Amino acid sequence: MEVVRLVVNGDARVCGVPAHYTLLETLRYGLGLTGSKQGCDKGDCGACTVILDGRAVLACLTPALEAEGRVVRTVEGLASGTEPHPLQDEFDLHGAAQCGFCTPGILCSAAALLERNPRPSREDVREALAGNLCRCTGYEKIYDAVEAAAARCRA
Amino acid sequence: MSRAPALAEGSSPEGAGRLAEEGRPPAGAEMGASPAAPSPRPGVASPAPPPTGAPKDGPSAFSTIGRRMRKVDGLAKASGRARYADDIQLPGMLHGKILRSPHPHAKIVSIDASAAERLDGVHAVVTGRDMPTPYGIIPWTPDEHALCVDRVRYVGDGVAAVAAVDEETANAALELVEVAYEQLPAYFTPQEAIAAQSGPFIHEPRKPGQNGNVTKVVHLEFGDAGEGLDTSAVVVEGDYFFEGTTHTPIEPHCAIGMAERDGRLTVWSATQVPHYLHRELARVLELDPAMVRVIQPPVGGAFGGKSEPFDLEFCVAKLAMKTGRPVKILYTREEVFYAHRGRHPFHMRYRTGADAEGMLTAVDAEIVLDGGAYASFGLVTTYYSGQLLTAPYQMPAYRFHSTRAYTNKPACGPKRGHGSVQPRFAFEVQLDRLAERLDVDPIELRRRNFIGADTRTVNDLRITSNGFLECLEAVESASGWREKHRKLPFGRGVGVAGSTYISGTNYPVYPNDMPQSGVQVQVDRSGRVAVFSGASEIGQGADSMVAYVVAEELGVPLEHVRVLAGDTDFTPVDLGAYSSRVTLMLGNACIDAAGRIKRKVREAVAEAWEAEPDEIVLAGGRAARAGDAGVSMSMRDAFNLAEAKFGTLGATGSYDTPKDVHGTYRGATIGASPAYSFSAHVAEVSVDPETGFVDVRKIWIAHDCGRALNPVLVEGQMEGSAYMGFGEALMEEHVVKTAEQGRAGLHHAPSLLDYRIPTSLDTPALESLIVESVDPEGPYGAKEAGEGPLHPSIPAIANAIYDAVGVRMNALPFSPPRVWAALQEKADRSGAEATNGLGEPAGAAAPARPAR
Repeated sequence: MEVVRLVVNGDARVCGVPAHYTLLETLRYGLGLTGSKQGCDKGDCGACTVILDGRAVLACLTPALEAEGRVVRTVEGLASGTEPHPLQDEFDLHGAAQCGFCTPGILCSAAALLERNPRPSREDVREALAGNLCRCTGYEKIYDAVEAAAARCRA
Repeated sequence: MSRAPALAEGSSPEGAGRLAEEGRPPAGAEMGASPAAPSPRPGVASPAPPPTGAPKDGPSAFSTIGRRMRKVDGLAKASGRARYADDIQLPGMLHGKILRSPHPHAKIVSIDASAAERLDGVHAVVTGRDMPTPYGIIPWTPDEHALCVDRVRYVGDGVAAVAAVDEETANAALELVEVAYEQLPAYFTPQEAIAAQSGPFIHEPRKPGQNGNVTKVVHLEFGDAGEGLDTSAVVVEGDYFFEGTTHTPIEPHCAIGMAERDGRLTVWSATQVPHYLHRELARVLELDPAMVRVIQPPVGGAFGGKSEPFDLEFCVAKLAMKTGRPVKILYTREEVFYAHRGRHPFHMRYRTGADAEGMLTAVDAEIVLDGGAYASFGLVTTYYSGQLLTAPYQMPAYRFHSTRAYTNKPACGPKRGHGSVQPRFAFEVQLDRLAERLDVDPIELRRRNFIGADTRTVNDLRITSNGFLECLEAVESASGWREKHRKLPFGRGVGVAGSTYISGTNYPVYPNDMPQSGVQVQVDRSGRVAVFSGASEIGQGADSMVAYVVAEELGVPLEHVRVLAGDTDFTPVDLGAYSSRVTLMLGNACIDAAGRIKRKVREAVAEAWEAEPDEIVLAGGRAARAGDAGVSMSMRDAFNLAEAKFGTLGATGSYDTPKDVHGTYRGATIGASPAYSFSAHVAEVSVDPETGFVDVRKIWIAHDCGRALNPVLVEGQMEGSAYMGFGEALMEEHVVKTAEQGRAGLHHAPSLLDYRIPTSLDTPALESLIVESVDPEGPYGAKEAGEGPLHPSIPAIANAIYDAVGVRMNALPFSPPRVWAALQEKADRSGAEATNGLGEPAGAAAPARPAR
């Protein structure tokens, strides 16, 4: 058993984990943050995407110990208090979440995109989400939602 | 009651609009006022009888229906708060794992689990002998067991299950289970399986002397197809192959079992059929169904892949009953691929005849279905392979002969567009060839053959509304078809295709005379309305649809409606989220239930105002007197008046399909639906002749959904369907290896990396064009939208490839090697064509299985 210390959604957390645990297992099983999903456990689907020190990463391929001392944001940490992140609100308005299982990972990829590029083109959005599989929407509603959220973030 | 609006009321009908101006409408608020709202839909409703729930004074009177609205669960899903099956952690929960067969076909000689049982941390092991009752989703074909009893039939068949303190221990225990097998000859193609002269067959024959590898044969003929073909001016013949594909929901199957000391059993499962699971759990585990509870949490995608019981649901239940502890099993992604139940591979031969004007004269089809190891829904699939082809075009004569065979591969079942996506691909390519032979524009050919509304198909299915012509017009105009078809430079092209689909099946999976869908509505004194719905929310918006309909009927704001769904202890039976049945059936049940309450409310309010109940309008959060703008009260006050007069307010509602409106021949019940949806797509492609790579630039999707209850969700279904069809057209292959390709029976690509589904970079631009025909059978005129718009994607792309580079793609998927080979073949044949005068290369890309 190892001890990992990290900042999750603004809270300093300490968690005991088996050495082989991934960041996804730490979040889901160690810290009870089940918003990040496990779709394949192999880095293929992107449902586990979280933001680690500002970059979108696959939590299922990140060893827990690699997150030691670092800052993690998950879907649970995107909102500000009771106010949803513009991405979350626009996803709801545009019907960009159907089954919703890929949504937490897509929101994290999109949030990381908007933080580094506040004015993304549709091609930029497509590129940023290329590692997140969505099986429901055909992606159109997701692009619309990300673009609308980007406009709101700039306003 | 005051004649002036009650100012003390909190929720004014203007509330939503006011908040919207502040930038963020509340949950459920209308989006139509937003400047970003898309332009009005192009479809024009054709005159039709008034549908269920339509207000007498026309559609403009709707206060909720038809608006662009949020979903009731949208923010929960976007915030990570929605709790899917694997997010549930129960105190003392054990983790289960299933041992799977390494052989495609073998006898189980013995199982010794004693070493596994002795391993520290292992609490129980179960085998097939613990659950010997066979089951099957179709009551006539119960050919499966929770775990195999004496025979395994595909690599991945479940043999034993363990429950342990954690997954690692459970996996270690599986290694200790000793199974002795005696291997049997295996079949990997339906042709081999059908040709078998003697056993051992994959299943025992029903009668001695029969071939146990054949699961179903359907032969139906309407009119005289032979005569029709003989007298046709043109007959087009073609062989087609549709490779199997699988659903690939992003959420793997997951279930949790919990047994109470008083004998009650609860199973949480990512299922789309809680009611059928409830029945089968009780049967297989030999429990009183009244002691079994199935809870369906939010489901992370299904598409037909979670529409029958799976081994994990029986195993968590049995292991929980044995240990007294909750037990969870989560499939690995590899297990999801082996669980399958996806699209059947189809080998198809079509002959399509027409007269000189392009009017269809006869259609003849021979179809072989590769069913995999079990029957699943296969009886229905075999019928659907022929029954659902008979619209939107009229055909005076039609014959199909379909044979489904068992093979030693993961079982096939229903995938979005069950059984009719494959024949639709072949048939719409046939129509394209016909149009070319007759030098008729392919859209014009389809228009000429339009079957019409309020009519019957050649196989005696009753069609009510039909907006197919509007669908054709919408895609023709939006895509710029006339400027593009046969006019784009070599390497670029456009293609069109049409289709139809059912809005639910007229008959349930097991025969009974009870309603197909039920719902219960209960009203609180606060004005809050609770709806208990048995339907399955699988991402399509079932729970939201319930809220929209009840809000519309009772005139309450959407945010005052709560939907409690998918819990067999508390919700009336709805048969499940399959065959595109939920909106039509549950929507009608909601209108029925809410209507009963509405009548009481109007009567009570009318009494207070000394008016007639007919004069009372419930809308926008208020009860008002028609024609008198000054008279109204809040719905809360109106509900309280009704409760005072009638007692606690609640009602059940139900829906059953109209019987005796379709044909009566044997088989006529399969394909019969209360209403049919219609779709037309145009696809535009670029093909690189050097590599065979097909780039689909855009798909225009027109779909007649009857009425769009919430256009946002209808568009989502249309785009998601077209996306899924696109993936099947170009990328997806659910293939099991033969001995020549590696180890026989192993899945070729059981991961999301190797089984390629389209990413954002692969997916073309998609444009939705909603057409509303307002069907008399649907709630407010609504029909299905979740499966129909998948069908035309594939043939539209095939036809566009032909327009681009002149090769007919008759085998799926249209991968670069296949397209490249077809182009090479075309080049080789070009000399011969110049002499025989035919307009197209016959036999290009013949459907042979390519080497992998």
